Amino acid sequence: MLEFIEQSLAWLPDGVVALVIIILKILAIIAPLMAAVAYLTLAERKIIGYMQVRIGPNRVGPWGLLQPVADGVKLMLKEIILPSSANRFLFILGPILTFAPALAAWSVMPFSDELVLADVNAGLLYILAITSMGVYGVIIAGWASNSKYAFLGALRSAAQIVSYEIAMGFAIVGVLLAGGSLNIGDIVNAQQGSLVHWFWLPLLPLFLVYFISGVAETNRSPFDVAEGESEIVAGFHVEYSAISFSIFYLAEYANMILIAMLAVLMFLGGWLSPFQGIPFLEDWFAWIPGIVWLLGKTAVFCFLYLWFRATFPRYRYDQIMRLGWKVFIPITIVWLMVVGGAVVAQLGPWFD
Amino acid sequence: MVENYLPILVFIVLGILFGIAPILAGYMMGPSKPDSVKLSPYECGFEAFEDARMKFDVRFYLVAILFIIFDLEIAFLFPWAVVLDEIGMFGLVAMAVFLGILVIGFIYEWKKGALEWE
Repeated sequence: MLEFIEQSLAWLPDGVVALVIIILKILAIIAPLMAAVAYLTLAERKIIGYMQVRIGPNRVGPWGLLQPVADGVKLMLKEIILPSSANRFLFILGPILTFAPALAAWSVMPFSDELVLADVNAGLLYILAITSMGVYGVIIAGWASNSKYAFLGALRSAAQIVSYEIAMGFAIVGVLLAGGSLNIGDIVNAQQGSLVHWFWLPLLPLFLVYFISGVAETNRSPFDVAEGESEIVAGFHVEYSAISFSIFYLAEYANMILIAMLAVLMFLGGWLSPFQGIPFLEDWFAWIPGIVWLLGKTAVFCFLYLWFRATFPRYRYDQIMRLGWKVFIPITIVWLMVVGGAVVAQLGPWFD
Repeated sequence: MVENYLPILVFIVLGILFGIAPILAGYMMGPSKPDSVKLSPYECGFEAFEDARMKFDVRFYLVAILFIIFDLEIAFLFPWAVVLDEIGMFGLVAMAVFLGILVIGFIYEWKKGALEWE
C-alpha cells in the first residue's frame, strides 16, 4: 500500500513524497480516533442508559447507531455565538488550543511492536508535555468569555488539572524507573513474560493513582466540578455554542481514550497477550494480533470511565483538592522510593 | 534521530488545522442572526452588573506556585528514573536526599494550611 503510493508519487521531489506519506499516516490515526470519539459518546449514553434501566438513544438508525452522525450534523448547522463582551481572538483560540494538543499527543502512541508513527526516545516526556498544554485552552476559553460562570469554571478546572498532573507525573516516573526508558514501545517490551510481569503488580499504587488522576485530569465525573451544572451551569464553556462547543467535547473524549490507552501501555502490557507464559493457552491465542489486545484493554478502561460516571456522586471541590495533594502525592513519593530500591536491588521478576 | 520528530511537528500542525476547520465550516454552514440580547453574557436571566474579570481567591495562585515547584521536581526525576539502573545505590541515595528536602517543604506547607480548601 505505502509502496504503491510512493511509486505513484515518484515524479515529485523526495521531500514532498515523504511529507505526503507522513500526512497519510497521521490521517490513518486521526480518522479512527475521531470515529472512536463519536462512538464513545454513543456508548456513554447507551451504557449509562442501561445502568439506569433506560434504553438510551434508539431513534436514529438501528439501535441509535447513527446518533453521533446526527449530533455532528446538528452541531455543525447551529449558530456560533460570539458574546459581545468577549475577547474575540482568544474566544476562538480557546477550543483550538484544547483540541490540537489532544490530537497531537497521539503522534508517539505505539499501536503494536512496529505500528508507531514517531518512534522517539522521549515519547512519554512528549506526552506529559503536550497534554499539559490543554489547560491553556481551558483558562483562555474561560477568561475570554467574560462571564462569571465561565471564569469560575476555568479557575476551578485549571487548579484541578495542575494538581492532578503532579500525581500523574510521579506515577509516570515510577513507570520510567521500572521500564528504564522514555520510549513507550520499550516500556511495553520491558513487561514481556506473563500477566504478573506487567507493571500493574509492582506499581499497583501508582497504577491506581494514575488512572484516578486521569479521570480528574479529563474533568470527568466524579471530579467534574469544573462543569458542575448544578452550581456554575457548564463551567468554562458556558458561552460556547454549536461546533466550537463540541470541539471541547471532542478534545475531552480524545483525552479519555489517550489516558485509557496510556494506562494499558504503561501498566497492563500494552499489546502483549494476557496468556503469555501459560502453556497451551498461549499457543491457542497466538494468532490474535497485538493491536486487538491493546484496543480491547483500552476499551475496558473507557468503559470504566462511563461506569464511574453512572455510579459515583460528584466530589466536593475541597475533597478533590485534598485527594490530589494530601493523599496521592504522599502515596506516590513513598512508592517511588520503594520502586527505586527494588530497581537498585534488581528485584525479580520485574527489575532483573 | 531528529528526523523522527518530523511526524510530530506535522501532527501538531494538522491538529491545529483540524481545530480550525470545523469552526470555519460552522461559520459557513450555520445561520448568523446576532442581536444584543443573544450576545450578552449569560448570567441567569438578569443583566451582568459588573465585569466578570473579578478578584478571585488567592488559593488559586498558591496552587499554581506549588504546582511549579512539584512539576520542576518531576522534570528532575525524569532523567534520574531512566538511568537509575546504571547509577545504582549512589543515585538512589542522592535522590532520597533531594526528595527528603522536598518532603520537608511539603510538610511545612501542609502544616501552614496551604492545602486547605473549606
